[in-house]
Amino acid sequence: MSNPSPEPVALYVHWPFCLARCPYCDFNAHVRERLDEPRYRSAILAELAFEAARIGPRPLGSLFFGGGTPSLMSPDTVGAIIAAAKAAFPGAEEPEITLEANPTSVELGRLAGFRDAGVNRISLGIQALDDTALAFLGRKHTAEQALAALAQARSLFRRASFDLIYARPGQSVTAWRDEVRRALGFGLDHLSLYQLTIEPGTPFERAHARGEIALPDEAEQAALYAATVEEAAKAGLSPYEVSNYARPGDESRHNLAYWSYADYAGIGPGAHGRIPLAGVPTATVRIRAPEAWMEAVERRGHGVREEEALPPEARAREMLLMGLRLTRGIDPARFAARAGMPLEDALEPRALAQAIGEGWLAWTRHGALAATAAGRLRLDALLPVLVR
Amino acid sequence: MTDTPLSRIRNFSIIAHIDHGKSTLADRLIQACGGLTDREMKDQVLDNMEIERERGITIKAQTVRLTYPAKDGQTYVLNLMDTPGHVDFAYEVSRSLAACEGSLLVVDASQGVEAQTLANVYQAIDAGHEIVPVLNKIDLPAAEPDRVKAQIEDVIGLPADDAVMISAKTGLGIGDVLEALVTRLPPPQGEAEAPTKALLVDSWYDAYLGVVILVRVKDGRLKRGQRIRFMSSGAVHPVEAVGVFTPKMVTVESLGPGEMGYITAGIKTVADCNVGDTITDDRTAATEPLPGFKPSIPVVWCGLYPTDADDFEKLRESLGKLRLNDASFHYEPETSAALGFGFRCGFLGLLHLEIIQERLQREFDLDLIATAPSVVYRIHSTKGDVTELHNPADMPDPSTIDHIEEPWIKATIFVPDDYLGNILALCNERRGQQVDLTYVGNRAMAVYRLPLNEVVFDFYDRLKSISRGYASFDYAMDGYADSELVKISILVNGDPVDALAFIAHRSQAEKRGRAICEKLKELIPKQLFKIAIQASIGSRIIARETIGALSKDVTAKCYGGDITRKRKLLEKQKEGKKRMRQFGKVEIPQTAFLAALKMDA
Repeated sequence: MSNPSPEPVALYVHWPFCLARCPYCDFNAHVRERLDEPRYRSAILAELAFEAARIGPRPLGSLFFGGGTPSLMSPDTVGAIIAAAKAAFPGAEEPEITLEANPTSVELGRLAGFRDAGVNRISLGIQALDDTALAFLGRKHTAEQALAALAQARSLFRRASFDLIYARPGQSVTAWRDEVRRALGFGLDHLSLYQLTIEPGTPFERAHARGEIALPDEAEQAALYAATVEEAAKAGLSPYEVSNYARPGDESRHNLAYWSYADYAGIGPGAHGRIPLAGVPTATVRIRAPEAWMEAVERRGHGVREEEALPPEARAREMLLMGLRLTRGIDPARFAARAGMPLEDALEPRALAQAIGEGWLAWTRHGALAATAAGRLRLDALLPVLVR
Repeated sequence: MTDTPLSRIRNFSIIAHIDHGKSTLADRLIQACGGLTDREMKDQVLDNMEIERERGITIKAQTVRLTYPAKDGQTYVLNLMDTPGHVDFAYEVSRSLAACEGSLLVVDASQGVEAQTLANVYQAIDAGHEIVPVLNKIDLPAAEPDRVKAQIEDVIGLPADDAVMISAKTGLGIGDVLEALVTRLPPPQGEAEAPTKALLVDSWYDAYLGVVILVRVKDGRLKRGQRIRFMSSGAVHPVEAVGVFTPKMVTVESLGPGEMGYITAGIKTVADCNVGDTITDDRTAATEPLPGFKPSIPVVWCGLYPTDADDFEKLRESLGKLRLNDASFHYEPETSAALGFGFRCGFLGLLHLEIIQERLQREFDLDLIATAPSVVYRIHSTKGDVTELHNPADMPDPSTIDHIEEPWIKATIFVPDDYLGNILALCNERRGQQVDLTYVGNRAMAVYRLPLNEVVFDFYDRLKSISRGYASFDYAMDGYADSELVKISILVNGDPVDALAFIAHRSQAEKRGRAICEKLKELIPKQLFKIAIQASIGSRIIARETIGALSKDVTAKCYGGDITRKRKLLEKQKEGKKRMRQFGKVEIPQTAFLAALKMDA
């Protein structure tokens, strides 16, 4: 923080379209027969200008293309957005620019194009290396394509991450270790491992309710998680967040902005942001439906649905629920500055003492409050007791 | 209108099982006598409280004065006394009946006599009533008037040949009922010149008038300005107003012998107006009160605690307001290590308990935790003194106890043949002693003596479920008897939770202890710590269950778009914590305490 220039801002761009819906996914994703990509691109550029005008000139720390399936965009569109973002938020350092991609053949054909357009980090939605599992998850690619994608990402990008989903029905710890190991064998620097959860409103929720999907129980989930941590460590990746592993220094800068509760602007349908507006920390939300969002942007220059000024208590809770996911924890000075209240005022003293006594929370040698490995596993049970 | 000669007054009540049409018949009688216009008629005029309407039961007694021009050319005053319809209010019922000379016994012609009807009709017979059987719903295809008449004769022992056949719903036969009241019931007796004696039938609190007292004048008069004396307490009050219900309140000059009506006398709380008391004139007082006065005694007790500790004062106020209107319910402050500050509350029975709880939640918008209901035990100490125990948590050290007595009831159960086996098994399982078993057609009547504490544990729900709703049940208190009772403590991580303690017969103790531990295991969610749940008698553990600690509970994906939702969820969870009770490190949800009520294995 000795840098006198203003704190960088993170920018999220949402591309809401997919070739097909995955049955476990509850993201803001839509399948459309025809897409008017130029219209979408103009709308994104308009929102970018809208946010730049009200945030003011700050350096761009990171840019993230998420979805949906942003790798369905043309490299041309991606390039135009990158150029506009860099111009709107000028800075001396090269920002981290990540794009999520799926390993289907169409998208793989575009990876080089994305790199040339300015993307410097790729995040692959591999999910599994087993054809049966991929079919169960409703993915449109095969294990062979997934492996090809990992190889190609490795050769095209210095920084590449991939996602896997575990705790699938019937998955054994041995099979999972093998799967993780094979994926890690490509030498990528970052990995996101997500436990399969049943989200409301998804086809999986209905199948689960009918008893067609039986998830591993809590003890099996814990065992799979422990195996993951071990395998990642063997490959030199350490867990820096509940579900994320990186080679030291290659943590996702963009996602760290969320977890450390830095400012981020969110543009595109349904995107969320946390930015200061007239000096007041504010939560912003965009209209969710792509068509309605585009119409709003065309009519009035932005697709904002809601803006909520966040009082210190709300900020404190958000910062705690995000910050304790990080291995490095929460720095009290930064907490006070961002939340607007001292860290000790945001916590129940008895619960804090108890959690420290049980070894779920600890003060790190850097003076931060962090969840231990055991504490991170129980964070959802701990938080309601801990926060005031 | 108050100088009606005794010969032209008839005072009557209506005895009926729930749903057999008492309220509908009352409405028809009021309509036929022009008491209310059609526009003013609401369904079931007499049941005022929301709960009364919903449950189809009467909690407070009410009267209606009807004016009926009879076939003999004379105009009669018919006073209908609407009595509470449940065994919990047996004493109140007996006082309402004492205010009348006769009863209409209303029986659903498609259903027949039920247990509750039977208890009330016997009370009416005890009160010396002339009883007119009325068969209702004879327009239904399923009506079997002949069979039901035979049943009335067999079971109750009343001649039913000239039962009045009606359909209260369509109005059929209503004129015959009115004629029967005039021709078949005796007129009241009384001396207009004797010292005033009036029976206090019921009372309630009215926000504008203060306490309104329902009375039946036996001798003398009640008039405005008169100084009256309550004979049980000696309290004296000036009468502010005298009136009758038509059913609207209409003031009159005075009430004479044989008449029913109300008085107000600047009284602030119904606790000063004991049901069954005798009201007399302060200057020329009667020497002897009317017979039959009894102070009301609660038989079932439970703890009521606000879910949110901040609501304690609100609960105290609400209980105070309820007691303004219901002197039979008692409360005293108590504290529980588990539940904090609350009240020990005494009730006339289980229905009364339920009604009060429901009114607190509905009318006063209170969220409550109720502990398991307990009966009143008599503890005989080794020193020879006797104390009453209202709360299992207060049970003294067993070494100081010589013996314990528990209250018994005599229960009458009516049930179709097919389910009799189930019912007998249930009664035996609950330590019942068979007193009588008789058959009427394909229905059996079982009379059992049962310990009251076996009945407060969901007996009624079980009875209904094992008879598919066909069994009807009624009971009367039947004294105390020695019993081998033990206190079962429930321990969470080694600490006893006072609010879960209960008393049971030694023979049931282990089964109940096991059942409650199993139930708590289901109801207490996995937490950050391992939880041991135990049941013990003294220091001996009789059951144990373990709830394992949470090993993993964390959201897999949490990014920029999830924060708002996660924060709102967190706020909701915090709010939810208020509904949990903390025991050391363990949180017990409110539902766990409620489930202690439904503890049948």
